[in-house]
Amino acid sequence: MTKRFALGIFDDEDVLLHAIENIRAAGVKIHDVFTPFPVHGIDDALGIERSRLPIAAFFFGLCGTSFALWMQIYMLGFDWPMIIGGKPHIALPAFIPVTFELTVLFCAWGMMITFFTVCGLYPRLKVPVLDVRSTDDKFVMAIDLDNDNVDMNRLKQLLRDNGASEVNEKEMTQK
Amino acid sequence: MQHVSAVREPLVTGGKTYHDVTQDVCRQVEAKPNVRWMAALSVALFLFGVFLYSVYRTLWYGIGEWGLNKTIGWAWDITNFVWWVGIGHAGTLISAVLLLFRQKWRTSINRAAEAMTIFAVICAAMFPVLHMGRPWLAFWVLPLQNTFGSLWVNFNSPLLWDVFAISTYFSVSLVFWYTGLIPDFATIRDRAKGPIARRAYALLSFGWTGSAKHWSRYETVSLILAGVSTPLVLSVHTIVSMDFATSVVPGWHTTIFPPYFVAGAIFSGFAMVLTLMLITRVVFKLEDYITLEHIALMNKIMMITGSIVGVAYITEFFIAWYSQVEFEQYAFINRATGPYWWAYWSMMTCNVITPQLVWIRKVRYSIPLTFVLSIIVNIGMWFERFVIIVTSLHRDYLPSSWAMFSPTRIDVGIYVGTIGLFFTLFLLFAKFFPVINMAEVKSILKYGVDNGPTYVEGHGHHAHAQHAVTPGVPASAPVNYNKHD
Repeated sequence: MTKRFALGIFDDEDVLLHAIENIRAAGVKIHDVFTPFPVHGIDDALGIERSRLPIAAFFFGLCGTSFALWMQIYMLGFDWPMIIGGKPHIALPAFIPVTFELTVLFCAWGMMITFFTVCGLYPRLKVPVLDVRSTDDKFVMAIDLDNDNVDMNRLKQLLRDNGASEVNEKEMTQK
Repeated sequence: MQHVSAVREPLVTGGKTYHDVTQDVCRQVEAKPNVRWMAALSVALFLFGVFLYSVYRTLWYGIGEWGLNKTIGWAWDITNFVWWVGIGHAGTLISAVLLLFRQKWRTSINRAAEAMTIFAVICAAMFPVLHMGRPWLAFWVLPLQNTFGSLWVNFNSPLLWDVFAISTYFSVSLVFWYTGLIPDFATIRDRAKGPIARRAYALLSFGWTGSAKHWSRYETVSLILAGVSTPLVLSVHTIVSMDFATSVVPGWHTTIFPPYFVAGAIFSGFAMVLTLMLITRVVFKLEDYITLEHIALMNKIMMITGSIVGVAYITEFFIAWYSQVEFEQYAFINRATGPYWWAYWSMMTCNVITPQLVWIRKVRYSIPLTFVLSIIVNIGMWFERFVIIVTSLHRDYLPSSWAMFSPTRIDVGIYVGTIGLFFTLFLLFAKFFPVINMAEVKSILKYGVDNGPTYVEGHGHHAHAQHAVTPGVPASAPVNYNKHD
């Protein structure tokens, strides 16, 4: 499916933030904004909700803790109990380091896999970039022309008035 | 329309624009390898060859190729292991701990420091694996049921904790580092001219587009990774120190070891970061990004951690005397006055006295002096591990088995060889990967500069941006101080 986008190109993140607020206030829906670095305050301006990744991270960590404790208690306490240095079979204080390490391991990897999955990031050859300068020094605001049914001329004027240095139109094939 | 703030010094000098950052960092990735880089890589590869030869001798003829004897069962191998792991710690400290403390100057150095962490841990891992004698059976350290029955690994052993600590540390550092690299790979991808480069960086960039939503999640992920990496990095050297501290050997059996080892690790790590950065900034012309201010700040951290290490040395001596344990006392007197006195006093001079020179402002801001200091600290920290390991072992409870350790050519070959391995990896990284985190540096570019580098005249954004970004700030306050905090 081919989609048409209006691209407002901005040179500065402060101008961009201000523009986002004005354009949203004017009733135009912003499809996405592409920036070369994380712009602080853009989440609020665009109305992006707070990520729930920390909750996922906590549960992944919890999985690591339980798995590590279960593994050590099962292996040394039940499956093959051995007396090591006269300590009890289930010597909890000695199990703490491995438990801690596995908590961190599960938390970090679990969260990263979740992050890559929800963002749809995976190694691929074709990357849908609307304007290649958005990974260099430009801040690109994309407005979906098909969905919003906005008048391009009016939009151009709106973007220009809000400090866009150029306004382009681009078609993008999307899956 | 730029003027420098009187309140805060800019972190990046030279009035760079966002595009300048991209240009400066991508330059050496896109350029053909220069002669100096090729020469350095040849030396590193030669040393790596020495490593391969020494490994071949070790595996073919066995551990007898090393200078170990019945009394001294651990010597250069474990010394080098602890030395390398310690060096790695600075990378995580810079990327995780300084992120949590919101030290924005870290942005210029965190990429290379994290790379250093990963390569140092790879070098470190060589030693215990080779010391196994049969590295193809290295999987025996994992809790797998073996073919002889369901006997498991011993979870009470600090050596096993080490397996978990080092492997977790390596894999989490790798993930942390790679996530940070993705946006920068995307930058290189979008600039790439050749089809091979474009495809390679497209694969590496995981299809990153810089969408606001992705950035928002990316920031969350970075913060949590920093949060879990901070206790992780402290735990790693704590566990390494427990390899020694939990064994009943005079000179090792001390409760002070974990904090003392962690401080020593950060100390040596910062020395190595300084060594690498001082070379990198000149070779790749990055003086505006890794400024004298960065060098001075790293010097300060080196001084603080070096002082902690110094206090630990003295505390050990005091406790040996105070404990009234004869063996403990002998171990320490033997360290300072026995046959290995030269190693002990090299350690004391390099680690306790040299970092104190950093109190002098001129030393802190001097590039040649800092370079020399960083090398001295690296040597001193190698001696520290050598002193702890060899001098505690070489005179045990039975005087008839007292011995000295002399390294063989193979011992030296493996050690020097890992330095070759380290620099081979680092040089490849420096050529093909962005050595500075472009995205993060761009985000701090306006720090300390009143109007940003790409100020757009005629839109009057300055006044608007103020209420748009920081509603509570009085109109006279410069907007950018608060925005990025």
